[in-house]
Parts: sequence; structure tokens; C-alpha cells
Amino acid sequence: MAGPQPELAAWQDPTVAPLVEIQGVTKTFGSHYAVDDVSLAIYPGEFFSLLGASGCGKTTLLRMLAGFERPDQGSLLIGGKDVTDLPPYRRPVNMMFQSYALFPHLSVADNVGFGLRQEGIPRREVKVRVAEMLDMVQMDGFARRKPDQLSGGQRQRVALARSLIKHPKLLLLDEPLGALDRKLREHTQFELVNIQERIGITFVMVTHDQEEAMTMSTRMAVMNEGRIRQLGTPSELYEFPSNSFVAGFIGAVNQFAGRVLNQTGDMLQIHSDSAAGELRVLSQQVVAPGSPVVVAVRPEKVRIGVEPPPGDNPLQGTVEEIAYLGDVSVYHLQLANGVRIEAQLTNHARRTVAPLTWGDQAWVNWDADDALALLE
Amino acid sequence: MHSHFSNKVRQDILPGLRRRLAPGRGAVSAIPLLWLGLFFGLPFLIILRISLSEAVIGLPPYTALLEWVEGDMPSIRLNLANFALLWQDSLYLDAFLNSVRIAAIATVLCLLLGYPMALGITRVRESLRTPLLLLVILPFWTSFLIRVYAWIGILKGNGLINNLLLWLGLIEEPLRLLHTDLAVYIGIVYAYLPFMVLPLYATLARMDSSLLEAAADLGCRPLCAFWRVTVPLSLPGIIAGSLLVFVPAVGEFVIPDLLGGPDSLMIGKVLWSEFFNNRDWPVAAAVAVALLALLVAPVLLFERFRAKGPAA
Repeated sequence: MAGPQPELAAWQDPTVAPLVEIQGVTKTFGSHYAVDDVSLAIYPGEFFSLLGASGCGKTTLLRMLAGFERPDQGSLLIGGKDVTDLPPYRRPVNMMFQSYALFPHLSVADNVGFGLRQEGIPRREVKVRVAEMLDMVQMDGFARRKPDQLSGGQRQRVALARSLIKHPKLLLLDEPLGALDRKLREHTQFELVNIQERIGITFVMVTHDQEEAMTMSTRMAVMNEGRIRQLGTPSELYEFPSNSFVAGFIGAVNQFAGRVLNQTGDMLQIHSDSAAGELRVLSQQVVAPGSPVVVAVRPEKVRIGVEPPPGDNPLQGTVEEIAYLGDVSVYHLQLANGVRIEAQLTNHARRTVAPLTWGDQAWVNWDADDALALLE
Repeated sequence: MHSHFSNKVRQDILPGLRRRLAPGRGAVSAIPLLWLGLFFGLPFLIILRISLSEAVIGLPPYTALLEWVEGDMPSIRLNLANFALLWQDSLYLDAFLNSVRIAAIATVLCLLLGYPMALGITRVRESLRTPLLLLVILPFWTSFLIRVYAWIGILKGNGLINNLLLWLGLIEEPLRLLHTDLAVYIGIVYAYLPFMVLPLYATLARMDSSLLEAAADLGCRPLCAFWRVTVPLSLPGIIAGSLLVFVPAVGEFVIPDLLGGPDSLMIGKVLWSEFFNNRDWPVAAAVAVALLALLVAPVLLFERFRAKGPAA
């Protein structure tokens, strides 16, 4: 994490009350548990992401916050007020839909002003606020167009303006960048974060794209099969995944199943068949000998070379694949037992190691404190 | 020999055929055009021609368009008196206005009944939709005429409704239902309701349900979302359904003839009696031409609206 911060983040500060409280919420469709006993607190000003593969329950959770689905059990609080039974039109929440859901029969200005007209705000004021909003999303000049005369990126901006114009306490975003092409998506990521910081509205975003969630969020929750598997800041989730699902979902990871042999101080001695030997992992937690663990190490923390390395965890194998990705190169090394290990080298360092090519015998290793022992 | 022939077909004849047919991509549209020309254009021209002649007693019962005076050039005799009569004799205008009124009221009734039906069908679960749509078009399995006759049995003095009401003790003597304007409305609404429901269903089923969620999200209660989103987006269906009911209902003959009273004057009945009671083919033809001209106008207006309106 970037340096010690003078202020506590909202979720660390005991004096800050959460904006959203999800308490033991369960939602089933037939016999399928879409959301299974989820509890979560989201704090004011956060850019919170719900991350997971499709069908993990993240969208259902978002739709329950919007009021489109009713939880079977549990309750939802927004700003301390129970909204579990409130219909969508009475919640201080707005949503940006994945399909944008712009009204095709209305102009851009009428789409953006829809929520204000609804409140009986005079036309003149609506016009002023719509103009401000369109200005903010850089869509001034498009006010009289119909949605079908806009590009995907322009529609996305109109949808954002429409969902922000009522100054909701909470903005829900359902895969907001899903329909944009890669270049536009990266640009829009930063823009969304900027807008969010400027207006100070709490954002909750659903996404299946871990890179997107990492780039944009203050905190994120990784979901799987209706449950939150881990909650934390992007760097906490990346550096300290608490289970092998999260480790595997966010970024690439080498995983070795094994059993704890013994623990001396912080050092765990682990026997792993898949690593064909013993591995050493630094761990603060006390683990009983014999417990099953998974050793996880990120490819960029694995060193690769032709000489046997001096440090911990040396493994020998054959270079099976080399992928040159521009900024980094990825090596796949196959051990004698068939297990593959991925090692990543940033390319400024590429000439400093002995040149490796396909079929070469090579050594990999990593430091004991660069790996994690995950208890399942 | 055989293979030589098939080679020749493949190399020479087929490409040639293709070349000849390809520029006539219009051949595809030529078929409906030919059909319309033969079975609509040509008969219409005949009717138009009859409308411009005079009635005579004879076979055919109208004068020829071209007249040969001996030793002279053939002269064309156009008789516009039939169209003048339509304007002068209030019978025709009254009948036409009455037809428009009845058709318009019936169209509104169809819309009021059909819209909730169409909307309801889009809201039930998937597996129920097809059976419900089938029920809507099921009456077409029976002849139109028989269905109208069935209404006589329901509405007449000792028919189903009156017997039921008498048996319940709600009335003392039979109500006069048959041969009234009410019976005509019932008949038209009953007969044309499917033509309203089907286009409405088609537009409503296509509507993205997230639009209603977006409306609710922006503070719209269900009724408001209906007026501000559902209705405007289903406007093409409303217009199409209304035209499909209104246009044939204006010229309807069978329903007012069988269910209507002597005073429910409709233009279709007038047309029929000019042809078959008065045997005045030229006037009848003039009525038909005028009716067509007046009914084409709303359709053209609709097409203009559709061309300009949203592509939704």
C-alpha cells in the first residue's frame, strides 16, 4: 500500500457510520441460492466493487439494493434506514443499467431530465440541471439527439448523467463499462473515478473484470456461489488472498497443495507432492502439523535462471513455453512430475538472466515471504 | 452424352439464367405487384370506369364509356353525376359519417379491451403466452358469418342473455338487444378484437423490460411508468391495431346487416343496396371509389408517421 496515510479510510474509522448495511441477506430462485447469507457494510464516499464470475450473485445483490428484487431473508439499510420493503421509486438510490436502458422515444435531454420531471421540478430548472449534467459527462451538444443516434460510449455517458442527476446517496453500476471496447474502457475507468471523487457519491459497481475492479475500487468483495469469499482493498486481495479461490480469481497464481510438516517461529515447512518436495513459507498464523494447506505464489515473484539458485524453494524443470507480452515475458516451466510453474519477468531484466529457450533445463525459486500458505 | 449435357447446363445455361434473373432482383417484388395489379388495380379500374357511366336498364346495367357516332370520331362520355349525387343526397354523407362514428367508437373500445389483454399476455410466464395468443386467434377457426349468427342467438329476445336475466329475475320482460347500435358495437368489437391485440402484443413483447426498471429507479410509480414509457413505446402498435380495426369496420356490411336495426345506417349497407336492390351500379361504384379514397388517407398518414417517428 502507498505509504502511511494521515487519515483513516472510512471503513477503518470507527466514528464513520456505514452508508449501506447488508445484513444476512439471502435470495433464492427456486432451489438455487443466488445470494447466500451475505453481510456487508459500505461506507460513504467509497467506490465499492462486487467482483465475480457470471452467476456468482453479484448482480442479484445489486438489484436488491436497487429494489428490483426482494431478499428472502435479512435486511438492507441505507443511511441507517431499513429499505428492505421499499419499492425502487422510493429509495435514495439510482442505478446505471448494463444495457443503459435509455428511453428510445426520448431525446438525450429528456432522458437525463426524466427523474427530475418526475419530481415535479419546474421545466426551467430541469433544463439548467440537465445542461450541467451533460456538461459534466461531456455530452453538451447532444441534448436533442435520440439514443439510437449515439455511439456506445456516448450512450454510456448519457446513462451516467441520467443516474446522477437526482444526486442519489448511492449509485449502483451494473457492468458500466462492459459494452465498451478496450481502449475506451480504460479511458472511461479513470473518468468514472474522477467523477465519483468530484461529486462524492458512493458508488457500488458490479463487474466480472478483475482489472477493472482493481483499478477503480477503494474496496472490493470477491463473490462466488452467492457468498463473499473475501473483502478488502485491491492490494490486500492481491497480496494477501485468504483462500485459493480469491488467489486464483485475481491475477495469475501458482498453487501447490500440501501438508504442514512443522513450524519454527514464522517459518512453515510444507511437504507438497505437486512441488515434488518441501516448500518454506513465512506465515504469521499458527498452523498445526499435518494441516492441509495450499502454497500460493504469484508468477512475478518467481525467479527463473539456469543455475541452481541459493535461496529457498528451488525447483528444476524444462522450459515449455515462453510468451513475450511486451512489458513482461511469461515462462512456463514443467517439473519432472508434470506440474507447471509460471514465472514472469519484466523485460528490463530480460538481458540480465541467462537467455532461456524452449526445452532448456532451468531453475525457479521464490523467497519464503513471497508465498502464502492458504488454509482451506 | 448425358454428362456432356449436364456440363453444358452447368457452364452455359445456368450462368446465363442467373445473369438474366439477377438484374431482375425486382422479380421478387414483381410477384406481389402483379398480384396487386391483377386483383386490386384492375378491378378498381373497372369500378372506377363504372362509376363514371350512367345507369341503364340492360346488360350490363351501365352505359359504355366510348360512344361511336357514325362517321365521326369516337367520343368519351364521362359522367360525374354519380359523385355529385353522393354529395347532394344526404343519405350517403350521413351513412358515411355514421360508419366513421361507429367504427371510431368500436376502435376505441377494442383498444380499451385489447391493450390490457396484450399487456397481460406479455406479463405471464413464457409457457403460458403461446396458449393465450392461440386463444385470441382461435375464433378465426370458425367462419366469420357463423360467429355473427351466433351473436343473434345470444342477443335475441329469447336468446341466452335475456333468458339468463329473466331466470335471475333481474328483468321482467326481454330487453331489446338485437337490431340496435349496441349489437353492432358488440359485433364489431368481438370480430375485430384480435386485429387490435396482435399488433399491440408484438410491440409490447419487444419492449425491453429494463426500461420499466429504469423508470421505477428514477422515481416513477408503476402507473407513471405505464404512461411515460409503455404507452409511448407501444404507439406504433396502437396505430397499427387501430387502423386494422377502423378501416374494415367503416366498410363493414355483414355485422350491421345482421345485428343492426333498420336505422343503423352504414355505408357498407348502402353500397350493397345500391348494387343489389337498386341495381344502380354506377352510383354503387361511385360510393366504393369515394370510400376507398377516404380510407386510404389515414393509412397514408400512418405511413408518414412511421417514416418520421422513432425506429423503435
